[in-house]
Parts: sequence; structure tokens; C-alpha cells
Amino acid sequence: MRIEVAGENALILYFGDGTTSPAVSAQVQQATSLLEQSLEGLLIDMVPSYASLLVIYDLMATDHFEVRRRIRNTLGELGGAVALEGVVVELPAYYSTESGPDLEDLAKRAELEIDQVIDIHSSMEYRVYAIGFAPGFAYLGEVDPRIAAPRLSTPRQKVPRGAVAIADRQTAVYPAVSPGGWNLIGLCPTRMFNPDARPTMPVVVGDRVKFKPISRDEFIELGGEL
Amino acid sequence: MSGFKVVQPGILTLIQDGGRIGHHRIGLTTGGPLDREAFLWANRLLGNSSNATVLEVSIGGLMLEAQIDSAIVLTGGELPLKINGVEQERWCVHPVKAGDRIEAGFSTAGARGYLAVAGGFQIAYSFDSAATVTRESLGGLNGDKLAQGDLLVAQPATVPRLRLPEQHRPDYSADVTLRVICGYQQHAFSQVQKRMFFSSEYTVTDRADRMGYRLEGPQITPSIDGILSEGICHGAIQVPADGQPIVLLNDRQTIGGYPKIGSMIARDTGRMCQLLSGAKVSFEEISVEDAHNLHWLAQRRSAQVELESLD
Repeated sequence: MRIEVAGENALILYFGDGTTSPAVSAQVQQATSLLEQSLEGLLIDMVPSYASLLVIYDLMATDHFEVRRRIRNTLGELGGAVALEGVVVELPAYYSTESGPDLEDLAKRAELEIDQVIDIHSSMEYRVYAIGFAPGFAYLGEVDPRIAAPRLSTPRQKVPRGAVAIADRQTAVYPAVSPGGWNLIGLCPTRMFNPDARPTMPVVVGDRVKFKPISRDEFIELGGEL
Repeated sequence: MSGFKVVQPGILTLIQDGGRIGHHRIGLTTGGPLDREAFLWANRLLGNSSNATVLEVSIGGLMLEAQIDSAIVLTGGELPLKINGVEQERWCVHPVKAGDRIEAGFSTAGARGYLAVAGGFQIAYSFDSAATVTRESLGGLNGDKLAQGDLLVAQPATVPRLRLPEQHRPDYSADVTLRVICGYQQHAFSQVQKRMFFSSEYTVTDRADRMGYRLEGPQITPSIDGILSEGICHGAIQVPADGQPIVLLNDRQTIGGYPKIGSMIARDTGRMCQLLSGAKVSFEEISVEDAHNLHWLAQRRSAQVELESLD
């Protein structure tokens, strides 16, 4: 683990060798829950991501020397094998050219049939590596390299809520209508972010996600809108 | 329910409190006042809690009508304050009566004004805060900027008439040097690139909003294009492929993948956000230790300021 200054009241911790892996992600997750306890009363917030953890502290309560010392003491023994925690969350997905306007292009580029793309995407178990960009936006990885696809050269002005999308080796479900440059391959009727629900999101960082293909009728039945 | 009615909403007037804290893990940003210092003075002058809900008035054009007897104060940028058409002093508490019209006109210097009322506006919290983040449709009234006809609920109140002595008010027309703590991917910027960054003049562009301020000047090029997406703190300065720095602010996205040279201290993001496009700025490197000292000195100094009584 490497600690760098991020800002006036923030340090950033880097784990592993700077690449994406479930083991490194599990370390980030473990560090997050340990530091939540050992920095209690000094923390403003934390942002766990793929291989890093941003620690934002309260300048009125502490300084970077104290926070660094506590991080070192708490995480000194961290490393080696870390248990992979988190639950598996199943998300229904209506894959089709109707609900996924980029599905056909993506299949063509990958030299696969549309059904093969759907099979590959829904057969993998993805890890929630990070949540950010927008409320409830969960970065899931990693997508099978056969169906990995670069972002669109011109982002869409309006991606619908629930869009199941791929960018490089990442996949996600858009939590709200927003602009976006990811490749859209289907729609998920489960709300990824509902400010009025508790919990507000069906997943947390460290959980695993599996997509379950559903029909158009099932999608509508589950409250999906086309 | 009564309080203040919005007669004219102005260009961009947002309901803000201290910000939405502790929800980064579901992707929520903080929001809150861009110029924290001016926000805190507004509440202190009225004897409000330091987190009380106020209006952040960008550029100006706001007119409210009081429906209750209360008191108001306007701090921050130089937006001319008028009550019933008569110009009044800013940084100074003014009693208002039901029927009075309160106006924050167009700014002559400084882009953001903070209009506070005694006791604060009573706005429902979402995720522990009233701060409006339009990008997330959260906070304020329905997650949006003020609109004509909105009602801002407040309680009638009488408070002492206090004013902040002039020598303690910021000068928004002064040149600004913005202090930056090197950090994050600073090692991806060579000594030459760093020297260029800290010795050149940059211009505030019109692509400057509550998410970030894009600056224009000599191109600086990091040795890496992108990084694995990671947490972004307030004031972080990211440098995309075009080499033009973007200072990330209150409504920033919580994670991102552009290299960052470091972060601007909050005192100076507050000053920068008062600038309009075309303004010139320069950067100065500061150590994290010096930044902490500066923070404490400023806290101490403002705590010692005695407000003048006009009663």
C-alpha cells in the first residue's frame, strides 16, 4: 500500500500494482471497513474505487500526520490473502435490439451472433468495483474481452434509466436518465438508485452481480418501460 | 406556511447549506456553497447555526418578497442589495417587514452572493442536507434552481443588527494567486511541466460551473493519459489530454480517471469561484503542513473578529 496526499484534508491509498483484480478490490473493501472504525470521529467521507481509497478527514479534528499514523497502524498487517466478501445480486436484463440500440453493432464488431453476446454477458459474475460518476452508478467488471467495446465516438444526449451498457471491459446499469457514451445492449427493470428507498441501491462495492436474461413480457411485468 | 416568495429567480440561484456529507459511497457529491467564507459570514452575522440554509445567488437578478417580519444579510460578491428599491449595505443585517421587496442586483465584482435570513430557510433535507445539486436532482426545492413563484419557508424572527467591519471583508476585485498542494499523480508531471504550471498565467474560461472551472493557458502534459478511476477530492486539478487544467468543485463527480497534479486549498477555490470568465489567475505551490497552518490561522482570525452593533 502506498499513501499519497490528495488535498488539503484528503489522503489517497493505492493498493496492488495499479491494475484491476478481485483480490486488490477485496483489499480496498477491507481497508474501507477497518478505517471506518479506526478513524471514527475524524472522517468526513471515503471513496473506495478499483485499486484506491480516498480518505477525507475533518481538519477541525485532526491533521494528516495523525491520519497517516492511524492508517499505517490499522493497515500495517493488511495484505496477503483477503477473503472475498459481498453477496451475489441478480439483476434481470431484457437484451434485444429494441432495448439495446448498440447490441447489433457490438455483435458485428465482435464477429458474434447477438445471442452469443447475450450469453457471454449474462454468464459472467461481475464485481462491483466502484460507485460514482453519478448517484448509484456502479462500475462492474470485468467484461469478457470478446464483447469488450470502446465508448461511442459521440456520446448520446440521453441514455434511458436502466440501460445495460458496456465500455471497454466495464459494464453498468444507468441509474437515471443521463448523457452517456457507453454501448447499450439491454434494459434492466431494477432501479439502481432510488432516493426514497432504503437501501437506496441494490448493491454496494464488493458485491457481485449476475445478469439474468428476461423476455419483453417479463420486463414489462417487472415494471420496465420501453 | 409563509416566508419569502420568489418574484424573480435570477440567473442561477440555489438553495445551499454546508453541503451533503458522508454519501460519496453511493455516488453523491457534496454540493454546498462555492465561497464557504462568505456563506459562513452570512450565517454568523444573523446568529444562525453555521450550517443554516441560505441562497447562493450567482451573477444576480434575484428579487424576493417577504411575507413575514425577519432580518436578512447579503455577503459575497458585489451584488447591489436593495430593499424596496433603496440601496443597502452588504455584510450588514437589515430588518425586513412583510411586504418588503429584497433585491440582489447584477454583480459588479465577484460572481456569487449569499443571501441569508434569520433562522435560515426551512427546506426539507434529502440525504441529510438541503444543498441543491441540479445534476443529481437533489436538495433545494425538487432538486432544481429557484423559479418564479417558489415559496421559501422561514420563521418570523428579530435579531440584533450587526455588521462586519470593512477591513475584514474580502476584496473581490484583487488579483488572485491560487495555492495548490501537489499530490495524486504529481509524479506523472515532469519538473519542467510543473514549473510551467506554477509560473504561467491562466485564464478562467466560460466553461466554469459548480462542477469544475476549466482554465486556459500553457499546455501541461502528464506522462500518462489516464488512470484507473479513483476518488476525487474538493479542489482536485485534473489535466485531460488537451493539457488544460480543470479545478473540480462542490458538484464534481466523485470518481474519475484523468491524471491530477494536486489540489487547490478550499480558501482559494472560494476566491476562484468569485471570478468571471476572462479573469487571470496564477498558481503557487504550498505544502500540506502550510495549508493546515493557514487554515487554523484563518479560523482563529475570523473567530476573533468582533461584529459591530448598529442597534
